[in-house]
Amino acid sequence: MTAVAPHVTVRKNRFSAGQAVRLAVLIVGLLLVLYPLAWVIGSSFKSDAEIASNISVLPTEFTLSHYAAGWNSFDVSFTRFFINSTVIALLTVIANAVSCLIAAYAFARLRFPMRGLWFAIMIGTLLLPGDVLIIPQYIVFNTLGWIDTPLLPLIVPKALATEAFFVFLMVQFMRGIPRDLDEAATIDGCSPYGVFWHVILPLSRPALVTTAIFSFIWTWNDFFTQLVYLNELEDYTVPIALRLFIDSTGQSSLGAMFAMSVLSLLPVFLFFVAFQRMLVEGINTSGLKG
Amino acid sequence: MALTTASAPVVPEQPGRGSPVARKRRGAGGGRGREGVAGYVFLSPWLLGLMGITAIPMLLSLYLSFTDYSVFSTWEDVEWIGLENYRTMFTNDPQFYRAVTVTLGYALVMVPLKLAAALAVALLLNRAWRGVGLFRGLFYLPSLLGGSVALALVWSALFAGDGAVNEFLAFFGITGQAWVNDPDYALGTLIILGIWQFGAPMVIFLAGLKQVPVELYEAASVDGASPWRQFWHVTMPMLSPVIFFNLVLETIRGFQSFTSAFVISNGNGGPVDSTLLYTLYLYKRGFAEFDMGYASALAWVFLLTIGILTIVLFSTGRFWVHYADGDDR
Repeated sequence: MTAVAPHVTVRKNRFSAGQAVRLAVLIVGLLLVLYPLAWVIGSSFKSDAEIASNISVLPTEFTLSHYAAGWNSFDVSFTRFFINSTVIALLTVIANAVSCLIAAYAFARLRFPMRGLWFAIMIGTLLLPGDVLIIPQYIVFNTLGWIDTPLLPLIVPKALATEAFFVFLMVQFMRGIPRDLDEAATIDGCSPYGVFWHVILPLSRPALVTTAIFSFIWTWNDFFTQLVYLNELEDYTVPIALRLFIDSTGQSSLGAMFAMSVLSLLPVFLFFVAFQRMLVEGINTSGLKG
Repeated sequence: MALTTASAPVVPEQPGRGSPVARKRRGAGGGRGREGVAGYVFLSPWLLGLMGITAIPMLLSLYLSFTDYSVFSTWEDVEWIGLENYRTMFTNDPQFYRAVTVTLGYALVMVPLKLAAALAVALLLNRAWRGVGLFRGLFYLPSLLGGSVALALVWSALFAGDGAVNEFLAFFGITGQAWVNDPDYALGTLIILGIWQFGAPMVIFLAGLKQVPVELYEAASVDGASPWRQFWHVTMPMLSPVIFFNLVLETIRGFQSFTSAFVISNGNGGPVDSTLLYTLYLYKRGFAEFDMGYASALAWVFLLTIGILTIVLFSTGRFWVHYADGDDR
């Protein structure tokens, strides 16, 4: 930020045509980008007659009926789907946070044989396209007989720190924690476990929060894995249930589909509002430097 | 913001403070060994995951790609068919070629446009002024929401025959069509949905722009360089590592797109296979037709392609990526 400041003072006294054009371009761009979101929110309150083709954001006739109808569109209500999504997301958050933190501590702080090799492999798995692994993983889980209990294939991989991105994020974070603290704790008689518990864990809170937020959002939005493992209607999460609307698409269910879509986006949107600055500046910048 | 401390340089260990160093030398046997054990204790969940969730499934699928395994087969009747799956794929599977073409077309158009949009908006938002944070946040929002089923549903409604996009075009006297149902345009709607999520690379560009020293621009200004020349001779070279980072990341992500194509085509890659992205084809063969052996072969070809592509990207990177200080990466 300090680097930018002098730049600004130079330009300040000529709020010029250039600045105005820049602002205008940004505002038009922003309207364009936000239009689909505004449109779907508005449309979820429109009457059936004007729903699909009305390009205006605001409904001429305001109705809440789609929310009530949408909630009970299927044999199982959305209450269940939202509970399922929440349970899976929260368990994933916990599993990711704990397992990745533990692995990151080993990589960032402890010296053990073959650490370099394992670290290189961990970085390699960062580039591994996760969706491709779905077929072989499915076969393994199927062989283990886990397919009938969908929580196992969805959560166990996360509890085993397979989300290398978070491991990497936390390693980078821990490298910024002064080693003097570890050493002081060691001199005071702490074992590596004690150092982890008393020094690293409390200081890693920001990295844990970032991991938790992104785990939640990604799991909430996840579709591919849930599509593969969730086969019973009662087990469906919100995205899988939303997909059911395609099969039943007619003009009549469009409003219900929009209403449930809006509700499905709501948790992520609330996270965005609460942690906007952190989401925008946190994870991406910290992942940038290698 | 606290996270930026992650990029702070590692605090150097200071020798000569006596006891820590002494301890380390002395502890070659005792202390180190204990640390070594602790290292593996802490690493064990990750190691287990690497073996059980990544390595073993990968090797298993490599084996199965040479068989006719389906979900229903018991392990006894899995039959080794050698390279048959791969041979079929390359010589006798038009859908495979279709999937490759569609995926390449999607990625080659979407990624450059997405990065261009990201860079353009990042340049506009680079300077600090009141309210810039809000703009950054709102441009980033689609990246958080765009990959969801909900947005794919919104997209298919927007680009439907009687959808809002056509209403908008009618305003200018243009008669649109059912974009998502037209084999010539369906992939285009997916590309637009991809570009719409330019916020994530934009944020990374912003972080990169922050690191370009202001003095360089000042020097260029003094030398009389126009903004356009400053962009090409200062911004672009200084930003090239970040462009490269984004290019690799977005290309790999682009190749893996699944949700939007699945939802918009209702799971079949239609109309006329025009949105049959590779992952979608993989899913169809594996989970709709239960051809797990063949799907495993598809997965391995995909994996190798992405691996080769990454290597190619990295080797071309040497020619155009400029690292200001070699030790930074």
